Amino acid sequence: MWYRIQSRYAPYLFISPFLLLFALFWAYPLTQSLRLSFYATSGPGSQVYIGLDNFRFLLSDPDFHLAVWNTLIYALFVVVVQLPLSLGLAVLLNRPGLRLRNVFRFVFFSPHLMGTVFASVLFGLIFAPRFGVFNRVLHLMVGLPMNTRWLGDADLVMPAIIILSLWLNVGFYMIYLLAALQGVRQDLYEAARVDGAGPWVRFRHVTLPGIWPVLLFVMVISTIGAFRVFELPWLLLQSTTGPDQSGLFIVTYLYQNGFEAADLGYASAIGWLLTAGVMLLTLVQLRLGGLGRGGES
Amino acid sequence: MRLVRLLLLYTCLVIASVVMLVPLVWLIAAAFKQGEDFFVYDFFPPPGRLSLNNFRSLFDQLPFLSFLVNSLFVSSTTVVIQLAFSSLGGFALAKYEFRGKRAVMFLMLSTLVIPPEVLLAPLYELIYRLGLMDSYRGLIAPHAVSVFGMFLFAQSMKQVPDDLLLAGRVDGCTEFGLYWRVVMPVSRPMIGAFCLIAFMSSWNSFIWPLIVLHSQDNFTLPLGLNQMVGVYKEDYGALMAGTLLSVLPVAVLFFALQKEFVAGLTTGAVKG
Repeated sequence: MWYRIQSRYAPYLFISPFLLLFALFWAYPLTQSLRLSFYATSGPGSQVYIGLDNFRFLLSDPDFHLAVWNTLIYALFVVVVQLPLSLGLAVLLNRPGLRLRNVFRFVFFSPHLMGTVFASVLFGLIFAPRFGVFNRVLHLMVGLPMNTRWLGDADLVMPAIIILSLWLNVGFYMIYLLAALQGVRQDLYEAARVDGAGPWVRFRHVTLPGIWPVLLFVMVISTIGAFRVFELPWLLLQSTTGPDQSGLFIVTYLYQNGFEAADLGYASAIGWLLTAGVMLLTLVQLRLGGLGRGGES
Repeated sequence: MRLVRLLLLYTCLVIASVVMLVPLVWLIAAAFKQGEDFFVYDFFPPPGRLSLNNFRSLFDQLPFLSFLVNSLFVSSTTVVIQLAFSSLGGFALAKYEFRGKRAVMFLMLSTLVIPPEVLLAPLYELIYRLGLMDSYRGLIAPHAVSVFGMFLFAQSMKQVPDDLLLAGRVDGCTEFGLYWRVVMPVSRPMIGAFCLIAFMSSWNSFIWPLIVLHSQDNFTLPLGLNQMVGVYKEDYGALMAGTLLSVLPVAVLFFALQKEFVAGLTTGAVKG
């Protein structure tokens, strides 16, 4: 009797910790976030209903516009520069008969092991004028002055942030793409070669369709990651938004409003606009990417 | 021609490797340079001038040890809790048909397109009301279950043959017994991968601890280093020694589990 009961209810029991925690720490806060976005708050104590005012303010808030603009620029570079670099390295590593493949793969991946937080602390010094190794290398190679202030010049902050992001993530996404490349069927290459297809044609018509689902997946998750950027610029710029707010991003603005200025309502409204943006972009990417195109992987 | 292309290939790979490694080598060098040597030598000083002073000041003058112990405690607790709940949930999804299963899958998928930052304000309010501010319970509770882990285990536990479970049932094993004595032991590689990935993500988490933890005694390493950047600005050597020590545990764990790691990372993404 007991045996039959336990086997019948076991799956519900197994899934229940997830459901309970999900309800308490995801679903409930999500509804509260929606409620909060209609309130002006000052800390968790005092709240005043203001309807859609938070969203109205946001649409005409120049700081928010700047945060969105910076985030878009950053996300654009992440997709347009990082993805081809990751794919390029993966293609190089996928060459048949390559020696030391695992060593190279580990080396390319190693920056990611550092983690964003610690890497940002490190690069705060690497980008420093006078003694920073970044300036030293550029000085030796292209003669850039040693006192270039990468983190102190409004025009150079974004390039510095993008460079750090590339260093951290190119090798990480390469792992996915390399695994996808290794899954492409070898006989398709043979067939293409027999038909007289050159390397570019083989890449375009065999490799690309073969890895397309993974490529699309990597594009989607790196775009979402770029929209959520916070600790990288925040730690790199020593808990500031940098000169002329050149390091202000959407989540930075959310953090400042919610937890430095204690307006949880405004922070929630920013969060919802961020969510809308992320969902829209994901949808567009999946649509344009024709989810499932190429079929095999 | 073949030789030229081979040379080009290895040149590209070596250049990329140098770019990836130079910052790490610079970090190690900076951690062992004392005082003025930090500015005098680009990388390593002559062997005689290497010193452990930065590490000494880290432990003697700064509360670094407390940051390290806190981080180890928070991350390992988080991993154990996440592992328990995620593997149980994953098992249910992989090996049972039950009502509401599709709804659970839908809920899980929805978390992928909703950035968790939208939850920061209400979670802060919730933790505040529960009286858990500045406590590890408040820090860990919202991350007690990992949707990524559920996907990972659901995917990998599907591979366990049904015959194995049937044999267990014939022998009078309870359903929990099947999970504990049959499915978990054969899922060892996935458990390793999950532990590493979950540990890294907890070890590096910054924004939620920044919001929840206020007293320095409770700070984890990311918060501690963040504070060092601001307060002990001029002691670059100690800051770099602290950064190096902060990265070490993850590196050690990675070397122990690297085979499982790649398998875990690409499960779902490649096979799905």
